[in-house]
Amino acid sequence: MRVRYLLRRILQLALTMWLVATIVFLMFRLIPGDPTSTLVDPTFPASLRAEILHRFGLDRPLHEQYLTYLARAVRGDFGWSFYYNSPVVEIVGDMIINTLLLALATFFLTYLFGILGGVVLAWKHGTPVDSVGSLVPLVFRAAPVFWTGMLFLMVFSYRLDWFPHAGIRTAGYAATNLFQKYVSLDFLWHLLLPAVVSTLYYMGLPMLLVRNAMLENFGEEYVEFARARGMSEARVMFRHVLRNALLPVVTSAAVFLGLALGGQIVVEYTFSWPGLGREIVMATQRRDYPVAQAMFLLLAVGVGLMNLLADMVYGYLDPRVRLQ
Amino acid sequence: MSRNLSEGLTLAAATGPSWRTRLGILRRILFRDLSTAVGITVIVLFVLVALLAPVLMTDDPWAINRRPNGTIARLDPPSRAHWLGTTDLGRDIYSQVVVGSRAALLVGFLAALMTTVVGTSVAVIAGYFGGWVDDLLMRVVDFAYAVPFVPFVIILVSLLKPSLANVIIAIALLYWRSSARVIRAQVLSLRERPYIKAARVAGAGPWRIIYHHITPNILPLAMLYMAIGVGWAIITESSVSFLGLGDPLVISWGSMLNLAFTTGAMQRAWWWVLPPGFSIILLVVATFLVGRSVEEYANPRLRGEV
Repeated sequence: MRVRYLLRRILQLALTMWLVATIVFLMFRLIPGDPTSTLVDPTFPASLRAEILHRFGLDRPLHEQYLTYLARAVRGDFGWSFYYNSPVVEIVGDMIINTLLLALATFFLTYLFGILGGVVLAWKHGTPVDSVGSLVPLVFRAAPVFWTGMLFLMVFSYRLDWFPHAGIRTAGYAATNLFQKYVSLDFLWHLLLPAVVSTLYYMGLPMLLVRNAMLENFGEEYVEFARARGMSEARVMFRHVLRNALLPVVTSAAVFLGLALGGQIVVEYTFSWPGLGREIVMATQRRDYPVAQAMFLLLAVGVGLMNLLADMVYGYLDPRVRLQ
Repeated sequence: MSRNLSEGLTLAAATGPSWRTRLGILRRILFRDLSTAVGITVIVLFVLVALLAPVLMTDDPWAINRRPNGTIARLDPPSRAHWLGTTDLGRDIYSQVVVGSRAALLVGFLAALMTTVVGTSVAVIAGYFGGWVDDLLMRVVDFAYAVPFVPFVIILVSLLKPSLANVIIAIALLYWRSSARVIRAQVLSLRERPYIKAARVAGAGPWRIIYHHITPNILPLAMLYMAIGVGWAIITESSVSFLGLGDPLVISWGSMLNLAFTTGAMQRAWWWVLPPGFSIILLVVATFLVGRSVEEYANPRLRGEV
């Protein structure tokens, strides 16, 4: 049963990705003006343009182009970047790792502090701690994440000079291998500001979920009983109430991963974090459309995989879903 | 809960409420608690600022100002002449913040209106007619969920030429997905209610039932999504402008922050960074507060507990 469900979801994902790829193909070709200007630099001389168009098959009919485009995308061949002057595939590797690491760090911090914060809010329910504490995530949710990022840069980077203002490692830092590249103090030092800023932005959701789920549990008899047994309030909160309130939080966590992957663009751009999201912006600004197109497809695949994961987790936790 | 309110609700539950009772309950809830009143006041204030912008501005927001000694007033801190200081080109920041409210409100309300209308229509049609119509429309919703939102808006806007209208269109093209899914679920449960069955037996056509019996009942949910949508649209527009892909001829809070960021002036010109950011937060929090009380209205369970 579960295997069949999984297979069906994977098939659905493949179908969706095909649709996304088709939309991307159409988006980049059916726009006003000369569509090839998005694929071959329009400032090239006419003869050179014609040659390039021919070499990339852009002078062939649309349906033929579409088929070659799909065949290439499946093999991971996304064409040639004007800006880097190299195949797109060669530049994406590090960016995928960088984006994933930032997303994972954000995920970890968001749920660690979100859950702890939610427990505190529920615990102090009805006191000023709760009413002020519930407002804080609302404000960070309403603040554009790039603006919070700018504030952090102004204070912690430019004024106090505690943290670097851009990038992923200090210039001139040479790592001897991939492991050292990412497991180093220098990397963590660069990671902290962007991860904290996106955490502040996302933290509100798990925090309020935990708070509300815990409040619903407060009236239950097992809570009274635990208190009557003379347990400390902290033990009641963490060992008993939180445990029962965690299910909606876990399911939201799986959905969150997909969301964080797609929504990370602005944070990456603000902190010059060399990931997929920042590259979409840079490529769009540079009119380097083969790169923008590839990054968009990669992000869509990432989001799709995360949503698949979310469905699997959800199905595992709530068996009713599996049967549908 | 006031007695009028509960009477209204009882009446509503019995007959399937008319548009007028619905709006009456909504009005009472909106003005019941302080945070909602604050939210509405803030939104009204911003609307007034946007309407009265020409009167409120102290300066042409594009004008390059000079100091008394003739040099360009680059990055002057707040002063009597420039209440919120100046940009790197000597432009008056206070006037830019004032005129920026227009872009924010325009994008916020139009994009939210479009997403709500599209999302609600899809939801009502899918939910009421069911069958293959429902299947088809819900697959489209699934597909819309598979497209990463911000990247889509950025690329589409840059391909179509950056302009406020295109930002609104790009937001509306994807954002309707969330309201469609939730409102459809509501329509599915409404369809089986006795008064709707009665209407059907009495010979009412599908469109009449949708207009008179379904739509008034999903209106609160639709308004909840509208309220949330206004906030999201404002944040999305400011993000697109911040990334340098907004309309170059329009001053928005996001484009102000983009310049403060890309010119590096943010390192010391706090007066350029704080005002647009606070404006966004204030306006978006206000829409969230209003949204929260609409949610209480849309979800009667929340009304019992306070």
